[in-house]
Amino acid sequence: MSFSGRNDAAASNMKPIQVKLVLLGESAVGKSSIVLRFVNNEYQDNKEPTIGAAFLTQRCKLDDRIIKFEIWDTAGQERFHSLAPMYYRNAQAAVIVYDITKPASLEKAKTWVKELQRQANPNIVIALVGNKIDLANNRAVPYEEAEAYANENELLFFEASAKTGTNIIEVFTELAKKIPYEQILANNKNLNSRPGQNENGRVNLVDQDNNNQENGQCNC
Amino acid sequence: MDEEYDVIVLGTGLTECILSGLLSVEGKKVLHMDRNEYYGGEGASLNITQLYQKFKPGQEIPEKLKGHDREFNVDLIPKFAMASGEFVKILIYTDVTRYTEFKQIAGSYFYYKGDIAKVPVTEKEVVLTSLIGMAEKLRLKSFFEFIQNYDENKPETHQGLDLNTVTMKAVYEKFELEPATMEFLGHALALQLDNSYLDRPAMETYNKIMLYMLSMSKYGKSPYLYPLYGLDELPQGFARLSAIYGGTYMLNKKVDEIVYENGKVIGVKSGDEIAKCKKVICDSSYAKDKVNKVGQVVRAIVIMEHPIANTDNADSVQVIIPQNQVNRKNDIYIASVSSNHNVCPKGFYVAIVSTIVETSEPEKELEPGMKLLGEIVDKFVYVSDIYAPANDGTSDNLFISKSNDATSHFETVCDDVKDLYKRVVGKELTMEGKVVRGDEN
Repeated sequence: MSFSGRNDAAASNMKPIQVKLVLLGESAVGKSSIVLRFVNNEYQDNKEPTIGAAFLTQRCKLDDRIIKFEIWDTAGQERFHSLAPMYYRNAQAAVIVYDITKPASLEKAKTWVKELQRQANPNIVIALVGNKIDLANNRAVPYEEAEAYANENELLFFEASAKTGTNIIEVFTELAKKIPYEQILANNKNLNSRPGQNENGRVNLVDQDNNNQENGQCNC
Repeated sequence: MDEEYDVIVLGTGLTECILSGLLSVEGKKVLHMDRNEYYGGEGASLNITQLYQKFKPGQEIPEKLKGHDREFNVDLIPKFAMASGEFVKILIYTDVTRYTEFKQIAGSYFYYKGDIAKVPVTEKEVVLTSLIGMAEKLRLKSFFEFIQNYDENKPETHQGLDLNTVTMKAVYEKFELEPATMEFLGHALALQLDNSYLDRPAMETYNKIMLYMLSMSKYGKSPYLYPLYGLDELPQGFARLSAIYGGTYMLNKKVDEIVYENGKVIGVKSGDEIAKCKKVICDSSYAKDKVNKVGQVVRAIVIMEHPIANTDNADSVQVIIPQNQVNRKNDIYIASVSSNHNVCPKGFYVAIVSTIVETSEPEKELEPGMKLLGEIVDKFVYVSDIYAPANDGTSDNLFISKSNDATSHFETVCDDVKDLYKRVVGKELTMEGKVVRGDEN
C-alpha cells in the first residue's frame, strides 16, 4: 500500500475495485470523525452528526490494485435499533468503533460484532477500533482486554485517535490487505457472463459515471 | 422522543418512506416510527422463517427450504417499476438509485384462449404475433401510428378524436379493432384492471399505453424493473435518505395513540411518552377509525423450482389474465422473480398470483393463474382489505396513505405521494434536478 499521486500513470488506468465498508459503534464514539480523518485528513471538535452524505469515498493503492472504499455511515439509524438490512448488504469490510474511556461502548461494539456475524456477508473483514487514545489519561478499557476479545473473534484490532490522526490510515490499510479481492472479482465476472443475458439484465438508471470522477488522490 | 417534530410518520411502507425522505431533505424535523421490527409494513420482504411464522405458524418448514433464510427475500405485495414512470423519476431525483441495483423483468405476457403469449409492442412483434390475423395487424398498426403521433396541441394529429372528450371505446371503434385487440391494448398495455375504462375519456388510457411503450423502449425486454434483494429495499433506501438528512428512526416501537387537541393532531403517544408534532402521516393500520374499506385483494405467494411454462424459461415475468378470458370482472396478475434477483436460492422461483376479490371463495378465484404455474413447493394465500382515508387530513392534520392496491406497478403509489405531499406541505412536489446534497465528496 502506498500514497499515490495523480501522476501515477499505471494506477490511474486501472479500474478501481469497489469495496463497501460500514461503520458501526455507539453514538459519540467518533465514527464520523475517523472517516473524516481518513478521507479529508481533517478533524472538528464537537462535530454535528453527518447530514446529507449518502457515503464517502476514498481510494487506496494496494500492490497493483486500486481500491475504492465506499464508506457508509449509519446516519443515526442505529440509535434506536433501526438499521436497515440494506446497510449490511454486500459489505466487504466493517469498522466497529468504541471509546477507550467508556467500557459500555466496548460492550456495545461486541453486540455489533455478533450482529454482523449473523446478518452480514460471511467473508466480511472486521476491524475493532478503540478511539480517543488522545484521552489516554482517562482510559477505562485496558488495551489487553480489547485485544484479547479481538483475537478470539478474529478481528483486526487498533487503538487510534481521530483527533491526532494516530493509527487511522493503518486501520484502512490493514483492512484493505485482508479483503478477498479474488472472490469479489470472480463474483463480478460470474454476474456478467451468464449466457443469453446482457450483463445479466442489470440496468443503470442514471449515468453514474459522472459520480465516479472524484479526485484520483489516495490517502493511504 | 420527548421532543417536538414538524412531522411524525407512522409505518415504514413505501409511501411513508418516500414522504419522510422528501420532508427531511427539505429541512423538516421528522420522527418515523413503526410497530414492526422491520421496514416495509404491508409491503415488506420476508425470509422463510418469517414467512411461515406469518402465514403458517407452527407448521414445519419443508426440508428443501430450510437453512436458506439469508437467501430468501419474499415480497408480500407484487409490484414492478415502470422504466419510464414517475417512481423511477423519484428514485433519480432523490439519488436513492445509489443504494439499490435494478434489473429488467425479462418478459411481459398475457393469457389468450388458454395459452400465454408475449405482449406484442414493437412493429416486428406485431407483424409476427399469432394472436391476430393479417387485416387486423394493419388496423393495429394504424392505431399505433395514431397513438405515437398524437399531439394534444396539434389538432391535425387528432384524426377527429379529441382524447380528452371521446371515450376509449369510440377510439377503438374508429380503428375498427377486434375485441381481442382491444383486450390486449386495454389490459396488457394500458394495464387497466377491468373494463370500466372503455366508457371514460380516452386520454387516461392513451397516457397508460404511452407509459408502457416508453418504458418498453427504454431497456428492451419488458417495461418493468425490479430491485435486487426484493421490494423491501425501496422503503429502506428512502428511510436512509430521510435519516441522512436528520430524520429519526424507531422500529419496533409501540404506537398507542394519536393525540388530538381541539380536533387537531398534537402528537403521538407511545407508552409513557408523547412526541409532539404539527402533523402526522400514517398508513391506514395506524388510524383504523378514520378509513373506509373499499375492496379486497387476494394474493397467493408461491415458491416453485421452475420458471413459468411457455415463457422461454424467463427468469422473471409478468403474466396478465384478462378478465374476459376467465369470465371475471377483474384481471388476474402473476408476477414472478427468481434467484437472479437475489430473492431466493439458485433453482427457485417466487411467483405471486393476485386479483381483486369478487366472490366469497377468493382462493378459488386465483385458480386460472395457479394452473399456469404447474408444480409448486408451497403457497401462502391471504386476503387483504384495501382502505381509503375518510377525509383528506387538512382539517385535523392527520394524513393517511392509501393501501397497496391491485395494480402491478408503483404509479398509483406515486400519485398518492404527490397528493399527500401537496396536502402536507401546501405546494406541488417539483422534481427538478436533484435533491440538495451536503458535504459528500
